[in-house]
Amino acid sequence: MRRRATSLSLALLGWTFLWAALAWAQGTGEASGGTPPSDYWSMVFVFVLATFIGLGVIRRVSRLLHTPLMSLTNAISAIAVIESISITGSDYPTVIRLLGVVAVFASMANIVSGFLITDRMVRMFKTRDRQ
Amino acid sequence: MIGFIVPLAYLIATGLYIFSLHWMNDPKTARHSVFAGVSAMLLAVAATWIEPNVVHHLWIILGIVAAIAVGVPLARVPLTAVPQRTALSHAFGGAAAGLVGAAYYYLWWSKTPEHLTTFRTTALIAENILGFLTLSGSLMAAGKLQELKWIPQRPLTYRGQNVINIGLLVAAALIGIWVILHPTTLLAAKLFPVVIGLALLFGVLLIVPIGGADMPTVIAILNSYAGLSAAALGFVVDNKLLVTAGALDGSSGFILAIIMCRAMNRSFANVMFGAFGQVQQAKQLEPGKVYKPETIEGAAQVLEQANLVIIIPGYGMAVAQAQHKVRDLYDQLKKRGITVKFAIHPVAGRMPGHMNVLLAEADIPYTDLVESSEINPDMPQCDVALVVGANDVVNPAARHDRTSPIYGMPIVEADKAKTIYAIKRSTRPGFAGIDNELYFSDRTWMLFGDAKAIIGDLVKQLSDSGGIH
Repeated sequence: MRRRATSLSLALLGWTFLWAALAWAQGTGEASGGTPPSDYWSMVFVFVLATFIGLGVIRRVSRLLHTPLMSLTNAISAIAVIESISITGSDYPTVIRLLGVVAVFASMANIVSGFLITDRMVRMFKTRDRQ
Repeated sequence: MIGFIVPLAYLIATGLYIFSLHWMNDPKTARHSVFAGVSAMLLAVAATWIEPNVVHHLWIILGIVAAIAVGVPLARVPLTAVPQRTALSHAFGGAAAGLVGAAYYYLWWSKTPEHLTTFRTTALIAENILGFLTLSGSLMAAGKLQELKWIPQRPLTYRGQNVINIGLLVAAALIGIWVILHPTTLLAAKLFPVVIGLALLFGVLLIVPIGGADMPTVIAILNSYAGLSAAALGFVVDNKLLVTAGALDGSSGFILAIIMCRAMNRSFANVMFGAFGQVQQAKQLEPGKVYKPETIEGAAQVLEQANLVIIIPGYGMAVAQAQHKVRDLYDQLKKRGITVKFAIHPVAGRMPGHMNVLLAEADIPYTDLVESSEINPDMPQCDVALVVGANDVVNPAARHDRTSPIYGMPIVEADKAKTIYAIKRSTRPGFAGIDNELYFSDRTWMLFGDAKAIIGDLVKQLSDSGGIH
């Protein structure tokens, strides 16, 4: 079982590299800086597929762990931090960067507290009496 | 080279997020989840930070330092305060997504209007409405859970409430559509904050009629909204990592909300717009029905004779902070060779999984925490069912009384046990404002008082009388 999981992850990693290389080869033609034109349909596909993966994975989450699950997904959805960092660090007008820094604070606070409290909670779940 | 590293880092982060959620399927692997999540987040942040457009670093560092200063204490709250902490972090998540969206709108409006395509502006409006309604709604929910004085605790309803709420949302959407059609005009830049304001107001009004028993569902729905707003932000800025992470969070909140609704036999719409607990009038106590009080000594004697004891915890256990005393009782009974199990109803407490976390904190092995639907078949063999601060989730009226507001709700069938002890603070009816006929059953005896004190007394009685070990 464990071996199968390892080979599966390796296959996934190889697959990932392949597509990353392909995307890179295509992307180098485009000028850097600014926002490249978006490919809306692929975004939508990604969204739909990710939702289905999410539904499949979350359905199997142990009911014991619903509270830590919520704090974990909270930390994960604070991924908006990367756009906040991008805005705050760029050479944009001060007002825009101010909005960015507030967003950095809000999302980073979620990341820090979300992961810490998730870890604190999942450590409490033990099978036998206190050691 | 950096054009290769950044997307690759984002891809790996996406995979790690999925593994992170996957490992939550078993408490044994749950710590891997946190590890995967943290690595993914570090990877994503580092990859963004090294991008060439990030030239100012001081503000970012200041923001992160402030966040750590706030985030670490927020992670150390007592576990009874976890529901309000979760609501507060949903507010932060909604705010972050909303603010970034607003920043991008004004950036593009003033510098590069050609970026404001219909698709992007639509995503922006959707993202701002979701983000800001999550912000204000979650703050309200956190305030209610924290029992702040200036926020009404009881569900507040008034005539035309749903019309006003839906009207607000429609107004926000209509103005939003106008902005989508004319995104680069001066008026659009002025209307944009109006949309945000309406979304904020809608969020507040949405939570006003929500009572404590519905909080698990509402928190799950807000979780879903926070995720969806992050996903919409991904559409705005063409970032697939945001789209995937947001979609994962959105589906997680969605599933939790469905589980909570099923556990209460109610629909989404009914939770959001039904104002549970206010509409139904409290039924009067029928004459001739009296509580049968029991003494600590009597209860301890019966407990000692039992083979199987099932403890049913509810929000009252969290309020009384009685989980550690419950653990002592568990120890005392286990020492006598008695089987002790906990029957956990999905909506017991104020958020999904609340009771499990509290009992795990008290070092009770999670293998003894059993979901109500799984333990119900064992109830007829149960010698003593001990109800600790639970009320509506053990009300047998849910099975047969069609007039009851909780009719049809799956319950913990405590009434089928041979003896039932219920610990209750007062004779006041429960949240739904209805009498619990379980308390008047022939086999039910009441232990009135604070749950922590009563269980403490029971433990003392047992350890005095037992003399084993």
